[in-house]
Amino acid sequence: MSSDHDHHDGNDDHELRVSKIRDGTVIDHVHGGQALNVLAILGIDGTKGEEVSVGMNVPSDRLARKDIVKVEGRELSQDEVDVLSLIAPDATINIVRDYDVVEKHRVERPNVVEGVLSCPNAGCITTGDEPVTSRFSVLEDGVRCSYCETIVRDEIASLIDT
Amino acid sequence: MRHDHLITSKQLSRGDIETVLDYAAEIDADPSAVADRHAGTLLGLLFFEPSTRTKMSFETAMKRLGGDVVDMGPVESSSVKKGETLADTVRVIEGYADALVLRHPKQGAATMASEFVDVPLLNAGDGAGHHPTQTMLDLYTIRENAGLDDLTIGIMGDLKYGRTVHSLAHALTNFDTQQHFISPESLQLPREVVYDLHQRQNGTGIKEHDALEDVLPSLDVLYVTRIQRERFPDENEYQKIAGEYQIDADTLAAASDDLTVMHPLPRVDEIAPEIDDTDYAAYFEQAHNGVPVRMALLDLLLSEDESIGGEDDE
Repeated sequence: MSSDHDHHDGNDDHELRVSKIRDGTVIDHVHGGQALNVLAILGIDGTKGEEVSVGMNVPSDRLARKDIVKVEGRELSQDEVDVLSLIAPDATINIVRDYDVVEKHRVERPNVVEGVLSCPNAGCITTGDEPVTSRFSVLEDGVRCSYCETIVRDEIASLIDT
Repeated sequence: MRHDHLITSKQLSRGDIETVLDYAAEIDADPSAVADRHAGTLLGLLFFEPSTRTKMSFETAMKRLGGDVVDMGPVESSSVKKGETLADTVRVIEGYADALVLRHPKQGAATMASEFVDVPLLNAGDGAGHHPTQTMLDLYTIRENAGLDDLTIGIMGDLKYGRTVHSLAHALTNFDTQQHFISPESLQLPREVVYDLHQRQNGTGIKEHDALEDVLPSLDVLYVTRIQRERFPDENEYQKIAGEYQIDADTLAAASDDLTVMHPLPRVDEIAPEIDDTDYAAYFEQAHNGVPVRMALLDLLLSEDESIGGEDDE
């Protein structure tokens, strides 16, 4: 049986490395090594008692190596999914209720993300004290500040406004 | 197509540009025809950075249209010194003036400010970003001297921080031009600008160089900008580089007799004074063109029944 058959709450050996959840979200098919960035996007740092399981660099047919993040007791907002799509464009979001997957969908890259990333350009007007919400257009291979036009291709996760 | 604000030259089509340049030429030929067109109109000048040519040419343009200006004055004596945000400043001055001209050291300042006001806002330079009205007078000067199609232009100097360069490069993609960018490696065009130019022209017509002699003989126009000493942490490094990007009579010996040399000014030592009285020099003419071009822009933006571009525009 393939390790990547998406029975995230089934009995797959790899899936068993992280515990099943009762209610919450399973974020699967995250590119290997991005799980901690996923947690950063979700604002999860472990200090608030969140119940989270993480599998990193699990063998995957589709991605070769993938990460899996399971968050108990929380369903993601669309904003969170939008930002997630920037660093995990192949991710699948599985909503779990009472151990059953009740919703499953691939993330879709939005055209614009607002208020979730900070511009890395110190000369950008959004980095001062202005009453302005950051806005980035999403490119095929990165994001672009709608104000100063700076393009960021790598390290997008480091721009997350926490 | 109608523009309520002029933030970047990227928003302008070829039709928009030709409309402005044609109208500027009409005004240039007979400024008295528009002398009272905007009597009673007030233009708010918000310059958060020092400026001579841009500020004075806007002021002159507005007054030649019959209007007047209200000036925020130096930042040191304004509410900005007390910590007022740009968003608040423009909202306040919007209540006094019929249009705003903004220069600000931060990139994206004009974009942000335009989101807070309803009156037309013209970007007069936002950090290392854009300077579209400079571009319009640059294009006007280029058209007068060399035409805008079938044009080979060299743009040399500080291409990284030079907002006039960024705006000009974008605008020229509307025309049949070959653009050669000449700079030290550390001052090359920002990757964002290169990205846009490639998007607009599929990379054709865009070449980057580190030596002027590679392209000088082929140029119709050489647009020179200042390499700013403060960009170099090491003075020796600056001295070594700066000398390679200066123009004098010897340099131009390899140029076409029809070459037009431009510079947004102020210059320091990029162009030797011996060039000033030659047929190459167009930089003072370029500065003077700021008035009719800005008169045309202001009139088009302030006239309720007109706009930059027209119904026939694509």
